Amino acid sequence: MDSIVIENISKKYGDQFVLNDVSLSIQQGELFGLLGVNGAGKTTLIHILCGLKNPSSGAITMLGRDGLKELNKIKPDLALSPQETAIAPNLTVRENLAFMARLHGLSKHQADEKVNEMIHIFSFQPYVKQKSKTLSGGWQRKLSIAMALLSEPKILFLDEPTLGLDVLSRRELWQLIEKLKSHMTIILTTHYLEEAEALCDRICIMKDGKIKATGTVDELNKRANETQFEEAFIKFVTEEEL
Amino acid sequence: MRTIIFANRVAKEIVRDPISLFFGLIFPLILLGLLSAINQSIPVDLFNIASLAPGIVVFGLSFMAFFAAQIVSKDRATLFLARLYTTPMTASNFIFGYIAPLLVMALIQGVVTLLVAVPMGLSLSIHMLTLLVAIMPIALFYIAFGIVSGTLFSEKAAVAICGAILTNVSAWLSGIWFDLNLVGGTFKEIAYMLPFVHAVEMAKAAMAGEMTMIFPHMWWVLGYTIVITLLAIFVFQFKKEK
Repeated sequence: MDSIVIENISKKYGDQFVLNDVSLSIQQGELFGLLGVNGAGKTTLIHILCGLKNPSSGAITMLGRDGLKELNKIKPDLALSPQETAIAPNLTVRENLAFMARLHGLSKHQADEKVNEMIHIFSFQPYVKQKSKTLSGGWQRKLSIAMALLSEPKILFLDEPTLGLDVLSRRELWQLIEKLKSHMTIILTTHYLEEAEALCDRICIMKDGKIKATGTVDELNKRANETQFEEAFIKFVTEEEL
Repeated sequence: MRTIIFANRVAKEIVRDPISLFFGLIFPLILLGLLSAINQSIPVDLFNIASLAPGIVVFGLSFMAFFAAQIVSKDRATLFLARLYTTPMTASNFIFGYIAPLLVMALIQGVVTLLVAVPMGLSLSIHMLTLLVAIMPIALFYIAFGIVSGTLFSEKAAVAICGAILTNVSAWLSGIWFDLNLVGGTFKEIAYMLPFVHAVEMAKAAMAGEMTMIFPHMWWVLGYTIVITLLAIFVFQFKKEK
């Protein structure tokens, strides 16, 4: 069953296309990767799906509803972990989690239970009373993802979740994302090819606001006639006719 | 409920920032003590505590614009607002959530300033309550100005506009530091076309218990406050939907 169906979505600023006639569908429970170089349109597409930007044209269906006209009904089932860490810096880890839980309509008691659950899942125990601005980059990213998960979303958008992290923190986050797989539909944008390769069920390669290719790593390698995904990716983003 | 949850978070962010606390609470008190000491050595009518204290109360409110600009622009820059836009929060939840804690802070700042002025010679009177009510419109003006700046500009620019330019303009054109009649001419005419001197005159009248003297100034302040508050709502909503 499709969780998201995107039909001919375009986004223009003046005469400039940031997204140009993008169409794709993402299945329920799928971890779908949006991969591309800078300016490919990955974040714009995610922002349109979250309702942060309006498309210039096209249609979106999410969870069986009109993703543009019925966004308010879908919103409770969506969550975004933005490219920046997007946490409240002077609030403690527990306060950040509780804040998001309460915003999503949980009672104080329910919020406490949910926050404790997240603290356990993400191993936040040593940091619960620490102001979030004093956490390392890796822990801030984890907090950001935990805040997105509090509402138990059906669709989770992870925009460059490991950007700027060291190898160990990145691997830790990969394990975390792996655990979330199949519990919800995840749309992940990344610059890192090995991240997309390791995590994603299917990958969409974008360039200059257009889709160049979509498929599993094996399918993309086969189509590019390459054995290494990096080589296939370079072919897709550098060669016009593929 | 979401407004209260958001307002609570805004309040925590501000009061846990020591620089904000210094400028918001301590700096006006230092000025009050300093100018009161000058008045004791070289008596000047303007720095008489009954005239000075209401002026300092109004001047202290200009820092509310700085706080509002700082937190709104920071929330934008860190994509914290983008995250919150994907929750069921409405524009009014955001606007009132930013305004409410700053109005409370403005009130607390006013109370503290007046209480500190008592040992310096200010008579404790019921008119202090009138003054605290009378300053609320100018407090709202500053907060709304900060929201407009924080919504439109980068953190650096918004903080510079509100923390440096607005505080200076409102101080020089308010008649707190020198009698505007001494300068006269265009300077005085410009000063009386802006809300700052009217807010100070209104505060002085309220403190003196001269109710009829409050209203000519109140209309000026209310006019500016209504315009800038509507602008803040419009600009915030516009940016949110954009």
